[in-house]
Amino acid sequence: MAPTVVLLGPQGDAPDVGKVLAELGIRGRVGLVSAGYQAEEADDGALRAAMAVPMFSLRLHARAIEVFAHDLEFAAAYQARQLQLRNLQSFYRIRLDKMDEAARMISVRYVEPELLAQEDDESVDALRRLDASHVRRCAEVHTGFDARWQPGDRPSIAKHREALRAELGNCEALVITGGHVASLLNRLVLFDALGLVHGKPVIAWSAGAMALTDRIVLFHDYPPYGSDIAQVLDAGLGLAPGLVVLPDPRRRIRIDNREGISRFARRVRPATCVALDHGARVVVERGVVTRAHALRLDISGDVEQAWSGASP
Amino acid sequence: MTARAIVELEAGPRTPQDVEAFFKGREFPIVEGKEISFVYRGGAEAVHLKHWVFGLPSSQSLTRIDGTEVWHLTLALPANSRVEYKLEVVREGNGQWMRDPLNPNAAHDPFGANSVAHGLGYAVPPWIHHDPAAKPGKLDEITFDSKTFGRRGLGVYVPARFSRKRRYPLLVVHDGHDYLRYASLGNILDNLMHRLEVADAIVVLTSSPDRLLEYADHERHARFIVEDLVPFVERVFPVEARPQSRCLMGASFGAVASLSTAIRYPGVFGRLLLQSGSFAFTDIGDRNHRGPLFDPVVAFMNRFRADPTPISERVFVSCGMYESLIYENRSLVPLLLSTGMDVRYVEARDGHNWENWRDRLREGLSWLMPGPFLHVYE
Repeated sequence: MAPTVVLLGPQGDAPDVGKVLAELGIRGRVGLVSAGYQAEEADDGALRAAMAVPMFSLRLHARAIEVFAHDLEFAAAYQARQLQLRNLQSFYRIRLDKMDEAARMISVRYVEPELLAQEDDESVDALRRLDASHVRRCAEVHTGFDARWQPGDRPSIAKHREALRAELGNCEALVITGGHVASLLNRLVLFDALGLVHGKPVIAWSAGAMALTDRIVLFHDYPPYGSDIAQVLDAGLGLAPGLVVLPDPRRRIRIDNREGISRFARRVRPATCVALDHGARVVVERGVVTRAHALRLDISGDVEQAWSGASP
Repeated sequence: MTARAIVELEAGPRTPQDVEAFFKGREFPIVEGKEISFVYRGGAEAVHLKHWVFGLPSSQSLTRIDGTEVWHLTLALPANSRVEYKLEVVREGNGQWMRDPLNPNAAHDPFGANSVAHGLGYAVPPWIHHDPAAKPGKLDEITFDSKTFGRRGLGVYVPARFSRKRRYPLLVVHDGHDYLRYASLGNILDNLMHRLEVADAIVVLTSSPDRLLEYADHERHARFIVEDLVPFVERVFPVEARPQSRCLMGASFGAVASLSTAIRYPGVFGRLLLQSGSFAFTDIGDRNHRGPLFDPVVAFMNRFRADPTPISERVFVSCGMYESLIYENRSLVPLLLSTGMDVRYVEARDGHNWENWRDRLREGLSWLMPGPFLHVYE
């Protein structure tokens, strides 16, 4: 059974995850994945206080380090896979930049507005095809790797999964923090953490929320090198399908750029683009958004300030 | 247009009290919109503004306000400009160059210090200052025995989050110690790594005892960098030994040395940061107007211009619009692009100086060696 999933905005200095747990009626032990914090995974004192329920940290980052230290053959293969994915991402980025440049060049041609509008649709479609191709190529790498190395059957990993299964059996919910989204996703997959929750609620914020969707998009409208185009990282875990989650919009999105908002929303449609600010909330039950309080980016370029979860 | 305050002072009556009032509480030079007024106070036969803005006369006279010892000159300065200058004060027929006594802003370089004028809109980037929240990396001075040049010193910066269990990208900086002294490189590395904008990296600072010779397309210098320095660093420090994780950078002749090394050893450095490169060339003949020091550079650049080849993956080029080298740098960019390399070019309204290079480091380093900021959503 698909678990109830609650996606939250950045928690910052005033976390509301405790309130969400209380509203869900969760008073018992919860599992915590803070692998997105990488080396600072264990610094969860503030979170423990904010959640106000007993907590078990899955320590997925530390467990991965243990696996790689003891299973050198697997570690080398894993590292090679990561390098392959990095290369794919870099080639995809080059194509993306050139496609974006082509769209801009076409958009300033002196032709009828109707033709420009058609060409703009074609430019967006080209981006959609490129994004889809990138996700497919990443999936091929993952499938090939899993077939060759069978991570779940390797004793170095299986023992951790068993330990986690036992611990999560005594938890009422799983909480996933933000942090480094790729690192978090990799650890969640390596230990099949979501496969171990058996329909219990999953509450996640920022990078954690992104990892639960079916497509993870990296974005920043104010990068230190000037400008950038949003890029697909990989497929997510699919517990919150049909959503593209964009945390921390105040710092990362040019909300007043209607054209940019429109292009992005068209690029990822039919997915709904949801920007999660502090205090935002999206509830997904049986794969469908049932309640929300978030920003929704529309293909018109509008930003719906108080999206309630109703279908656009 | 002369600054309003100067016009009012000129209008009179120019009493000593009026002059005092003019100077009291005022910042100099006076910036009003796109105009900047330089002011000097003191007895002199003449006062000249000396600056390094290519395209303007390098010496311009200040005018004395009759009946006072107040000298002034107003220039139109485009928004976001940053100009380094000195004043030449002539007394008894002798000119003395000095920093502007009324302007506390100064920029230092190996030759001393200049006064700095900030045009409208220019602000010193906040990320060059020490940030107490940013844990500092560790900088050590070490020596190593190179086959090419014998014993040489290196500065080595390791990031605050350094761990022997990880592998790091490598950044090699020509004139690295000058970058540290005059371009706030230490603070910048600490801050940009702390903000996750630049990858945690091992940064090696190299300085040459004879840079004008060694950096001017010198075969031994390239060999020193690639066959001595890089293998040494890879032996001693946990660095990722792949082109994508190696960046070579420099400014002025240091940029020439970076490009020349990359051309002599294509594929070793996957990232290049070239600031205000002295990329002199000729379209006909083999002598450039810049003099014999540039002859080997001209020969090198002419060869590369005749047959440009990809030598790296990503190249960041920056130059100041007020430099005489702007033409050479602008000319280099299409050439680099023609090879298929990923090139980013940035201009600033600044001159050939360390603070110009400092101000471009965030943009350059974060593009060449990005930190995880794009992947981190807290």
